[in-house]
Amino acid sequence: MSERKGRKKKVLLMGKSGSGKSSMRSIVFSNYVARDTRRLGATIDIEHSHVRFLGNLTLNLWDCGGQDAFMEHYLQQQRDHIFKNVAVLIYVFDIESREFGKDALVYSQCIEALRDNSPGARVFVLVHKMDLVQGEVRERVFGERRGVLEERGGGMDVRFFGTSIWDETLYKAWASIVHTLIPNLPTLTAHLRTFTHLCEAEEVILFERTTFLVISHIFAGTTPNPHPDRFEKISNIVKQFKQSCSKMASFTAFTLRAANFSAFIDVLTPNTYILVVMPAGVAETEAVVANIGVARRFFGELEGMERRERGGGGDSEPDR
Amino acid sequence: MIPSSASSSAAVISRSRKETSSSTFIASILGEDGKGMWPLRLSGKSSISSVVFHKLPPTDTLFLESTTRILKDPIHSFMDFQVWETPGQIDYLDPQFDVDAIFADAGALIWVIDAQDDYLDSLNRLHETLVAICPAYPTVNIEVFIHKVDGLSDDYKLDTQRDVIQRTQDELTDNGLDFINVSYHLTSIFDHSIFEAFSKVIQKLIPQLGTLENLLNALCANSGIEKAFLFDVLSKIYIATDSSPVDVQSYEICSDFIDVIVDVGEIYGFERKPPAEEGEGVEGGEPAGAGSEAELEEEQEPEAMSLIRLQNGMVLYLREINKYLALICLMRKENIEKQGLVEYNIQVFQEALGRVFALQR
Ligand SMILES: Nc1nc2c(ncn2[C@@H]2O[C@H](COP(=O)(O)OP(=O)(O)OP(=O)(O)O)[C@@H](O)[C@H]2O)c(=O)[nH]1
Ligand SMILES: Nc1nc2c(ncn2[C@@H]2O[C@H](COP(=O)(O)OP(=O)(O)OP(=O)(O)O)[C@@H](O)[C@H]2O)c(=O)[nH]1
Ligand SMILES: [Mg+2]
Ligand SMILES: [Mg+2]
Repeated sequence: MSERKGRKKKVLLMGKSGSGKSSMRSIVFSNYVARDTRRLGATIDIEHSHVRFLGNLTLNLWDCGGQDAFMEHYLQQQRDHIFKNVAVLIYVFDIESREFGKDALVYSQCIEALRDNSPGARVFVLVHKMDLVQGEVRERVFGERRGVLEERGGGMDVRFFGTSIWDETLYKAWASIVHTLIPNLPTLTAHLRTFTHLCEAEEVILFERTTFLVISHIFAGTTPNPHPDRFEKISNIVKQFKQSCSKMASFTAFTLRAANFSAFIDVLTPNTYILVVMPAGVAETEAVVANIGVARRFFGELEGMERRERGGGGDSEPDR
Repeated sequence: MIPSSASSSAAVISRSRKETSSSTFIASILGEDGKGMWPLRLSGKSSISSVVFHKLPPTDTLFLESTTRILKDPIHSFMDFQVWETPGQIDYLDPQFDVDAIFADAGALIWVIDAQDDYLDSLNRLHETLVAICPAYPTVNIEVFIHKVDGLSDDYKLDTQRDVIQRTQDELTDNGLDFINVSYHLTSIFDHSIFEAFSKVIQKLIPQLGTLENLLNALCANSGIEKAFLFDVLSKIYIATDSSPVDVQSYEICSDFIDVIVDVGEIYGFERKPPAEEGEGVEGGEPAGAGSEAELEEEQEPEAMSLIRLQNGMVLYLREINKYLALICLMRKENIEKQGLVEYNIQVFQEALGRVFALQR
């Protein structure tokens, strides 16, 4: 019973109307590309969606329309209904908003309601549409907003991200959000480490299949990679490419052999993709593909075991 | 955001006709509004050249400053050419302005019209320019970009295109210039259309286009390839394709494939210290061998290759051809199983290509 409850997580998506909540949700979970979001209309009341993540975790997303009348309703009549049993509150601020003072006030009220009803919930504040701020001053503008909002956290556990649907910052924020919800992350990471060493890879990254959010990664190279933001970048690159391919057929595997490295992306389990990066000249393509095959069986069993534990069916094969 | 007066502008791509340096292209983007009379700016000229030739993310064009002088942007690629971009403020019909300096070597004039704005002024300005320039420089290709069509409905796009074509052809007829061939392209920096349009503009300026097409046809026929594109990697312009019809979807996927290769290459292509220095126990005697192999590889600069499998049994196969060009083939997976044959045919293609470009140098 507690298992079941533990794996259905209520996630509130709040913030002023037009701040970009539905846009982010559509890109991360419904395969929209950024420019498709221009067609989205304002959300009326609340749109509920149940997103299966990694098969054994269900995100219960409440995308709360942000027009003033709705917000008032959430804070008054629906207060308990909305703010009870929340695992995560994602609060979105539009960087272009002309009434930041008012936005911050409504934010405080939501935090207060959350603290009363779900004291253990985590809060993620996304200062959004950062693409509209010129590159050189982004850091400073973000810092200013954060400074003001930090004082209104009401003692809750709050993390801040600057985001935009037009670049990889979206994936960085959302990967952090789901990380706090994945129940068996340490086990997964331990297995991934073993695999990395067994196949002598430089780096291995595990992605969730539909969102392409990074679940876990292991680096075992000798020369540090100069791109610390590469995880969200790869999510963004591959997700966009998957989207592009889907016009023809879905993409199943990718191989790249370049002068000083090789990279392989393949379906790992029904719910994951894996990226394996090998230093140049270490292994033949066939060997890497065979290693991924072994890992596929192993991680597949792991996933299957968890599904049986949960009492659910789910015997889908990787479609390749 | 865009002032109502802002609506259009022009660009020029030109190819040098000097026999001695026939591999030089000059491409110019001309700013279109002159001296208060033609306050037509912000049509997107700088955005186009930044996005296509300098990989600027489209959303960052918001911060581009207005161009105030002629910018000559040399592009070193499979062929050298220049993009000239002229600012909105210059009236290049002004007798003092050195028209010949721009158009004598020009291969193409690209005229950029802002389709999200009232474009009549820009169109009048285009017509004046055509009447003034075309008789003197009949070999310059005229390319009209009906730009910023993102956010316009399909109907509106087509209506606009029809309107622009109608007005322009009428104007040319009235001036007895029917023989002038004008091409029209619907473009936006937010999708593939700008790259596709630029590809078509550049292809017309490649004298060996026919030969390239024939080579690609032969490659496809001999290797079971359904469609092949030869791309300039940095600009994502495709300089040739086999003569089977281009289907937009496969072109877009191939173009996106280039992005994936370039982006992943940027992330993981960094210089590694040779493993020998690190002295990891496991490899024992191996490091020295591995090191020298790496050196050897570096000397030969092996061409990058990439393979993408799709669920419908198709594969995308990319091969770096030289420093600038990459070949992308779309084929059934059965045909790539004979990878040796495909590799061999590509090598033959590569050598032939080398000869084609060597000839005209
Ligand atoms: N420039 C920019 N625009 C964005 C970004 N994210 C979303 N938008 C745009 O913002 C507009 C509104 O987005 P929505 O996602 O519908 O806003 P919402 O928060 O769901 O609004 P309500 O449903 O009314 O609460 C859309 O036109 C999006 O294209 C971003 O990161 N940058
Ligand atoms: N929606 C949309 N906007 C675009 C497009 N291309 C450019 N823009 C925008 O148009 C504005 C002006 O672009 P520029 O490239 O500076 O225009 P320009 O023609 O070089 O202007 P001048 O140098 O002043 O002559 C920028 O805000 C761009 O973001 C497009 O395809 N679609
Ligand atoms: Mg919404
Ligand atoms: Mg400009």
